[in-house]
Amino acid sequence: MLDARDITVSYGRRRVLEGVHFRAAPGALTAIVGPNGSGKTTLLRAMTGDLPYHGKISLGGDDLSTLPAWRLALRRAVLAQFTPLAFPFTVAEVIRLGQIQDGKAGAPDLTPRALARVGLSGYAGRRYQELSGGEQQRVQLARVLCQVWEPIAHGQPRWLFLDEPVSSLDIAHQLQVMQIARDFADAGGGVVAILHDLNLTAMFADSVALLAEGRLLEQAAPETLLRDELLSHAYGCTLRVSTPPARGVYVLPHTARL
Amino acid sequence: MRSRAAEMVAIHPEIGLAGDRRRLARRTSWALAALLLAAAWASLAVGASDVSLGAALADLLAGREIEARSRIILWDIRLPRLLTGMMVGASLAVAGAVLQGLFRNPLADPGLVGVSAGAGLGAITAIVLGGLLPAGIAALLGPALVPVMAFAGSWLAVTALYVIATRGGHTSVATMLLGGIALAAMTGALSGLLIYIADDQQLRDLTFWGLGSLAGSTWSKTLAAAPLMLAALLAAPLLARGLNALALGEAAAHHLGVPVQRLKTLAVLVVAAAVGAATAISGGIGFVGIVVPHLLRLATGPDHRALLVNAGLLGASLLLLADVVSRSVVAPSELPIGIVTAVIGGPVFMWILLRRRGSLEF
Repeated sequence: MLDARDITVSYGRRRVLEGVHFRAAPGALTAIVGPNGSGKTTLLRAMTGDLPYHGKISLGGDDLSTLPAWRLALRRAVLAQFTPLAFPFTVAEVIRLGQIQDGKAGAPDLTPRALARVGLSGYAGRRYQELSGGEQQRVQLARVLCQVWEPIAHGQPRWLFLDEPVSSLDIAHQLQVMQIARDFADAGGGVVAILHDLNLTAMFADSVALLAEGRLLEQAAPETLLRDELLSHAYGCTLRVSTPPARGVYVLPHTARL
Repeated sequence: MRSRAAEMVAIHPEIGLAGDRRRLARRTSWALAALLLAAAWASLAVGASDVSLGAALADLLAGREIEARSRIILWDIRLPRLLTGMMVGASLAVAGAVLQGLFRNPLADPGLVGVSAGAGLGAITAIVLGGLLPAGIAALLGPALVPVMAFAGSWLAVTALYVIATRGGHTSVATMLLGGIALAAMTGALSGLLIYIADDQQLRDLTFWGLGSLAGSTWSKTLAAAPLMLAALLAAPLLARGLNALALGEAAAHHLGVPVQRLKTLAVLVVAAAVGAATAISGGIGFVGIVVPHLLRLATGPDHRALLVNAGLLGASLLLLADVVSRSVVAPSELPIGIVTAVIGGPVFMWILLRRRGSLEF
């Protein structure tokens, strides 16, 4: 269980998160949604140990602030919105950076499997910096997957934190990446993902946390949370939620002005 | 996808389909070790005086007394010079690679960004003001005073540069290079002031030191500077995994379990020790720190686990060969080695700049 209680984060004098409660369960995909500047990335960065925060965050019963970086790295991996790369590594070399057990006896090279998983087989020998933005993002996902390849290790669930994992991808690869996250959760791992696409959220998430202006408006299952008035209020535009015959919901922008 | 994979083979035949250059890097290490042996042999064998290295070695192996003149030239002159050249070359190259990994930029060279200037100020301070130290401390440090002060100077310079150029884990290349120029200017002014107040004997020491040369190598100087350089060279490979992760940025390195703060502190110390001690013993020798890592990244990739080892081997070999050249071209006189490295390094640096022109990072 990932449990963040009463999280407050300030940049200088400006409060960007105020008293946020957030929970995510292993075996589930928990989405964080909300308008730009609502504090989504700040909340994620607090939970990945990148930001000082007030409040208490526990991961699998351990207080996050007491876990050193190397222990945290064995239990969770993080995909940022954008990952710069300083030197001309090949795709395979980038992915091997995620294999933090690399070099230890018996550690298999996961590179081919990870590349196949993100649909980039045959890319191992290419220079990372020569790939398109979407391809780079999928290589980073492959690297991140290698870090927590087994969703459950030593009886403990591992976690994937994804910050807008599909923002630079075409629709087919959006579905592919969301399916990878879904499979990780279905295998017992925990997934926390910041998403902008409410339709993908409805299709793939088990729980959705809606942030606006640094506060948590609500966290609930997508069927419960995705409501016309709540979304319209949070995003400041008229939104209508309609349920298709088969499964999930469609969220469509509505033309009428507020 | 097939066709793109095929296209890749055409673009980068040296990388190969698997994108794994670890074997290539290991082979390169063996080749560079052989090159270093050859360079060491040349460094002992070539010089103004005519000495037969082969005959001396044969005498040594047979247990015979080596001829006195040969012994003095080989043992007292060329061997300390060989060891100094090896350590200085390796230190400058490894320090360059570590500095570039720390700043996440291949243009960070100890000479360009003012680290060598900081080391120089430390060394000049030790030479000019060392006499003011209480006799006890002076006696304790002995010949190590200059290297230790140079270490302190370069440590201050790297730390200042890092504080100036890096904000929130992001290094601005322009600020780094301009900050380096400012640092070099300020330390240069202080060094000038010290030279101004120096007496005649100190001036002679300073001139000798400032030429950038291995000519002054003696056993006592070599042994005084060796511990700092050896410590830096041995510690550098421990940073390799962390520097690899740092290539993805500080946040990603932290996510991968790297203790980023400790890594940076240690990297700064390694650079300071290597550049400080190398500068103290040989003056300003430029371009080794940028040319060697750059060539190796082109040949075997940026993985620091291979890069830091191979940079040591190639840096040592190149400096020994440059020293052989500097002793040979105008024999029996000799050129300062800094001139030789600049003549080779300057054009290579230009070439690096031209290649990077228009790329996003610059």
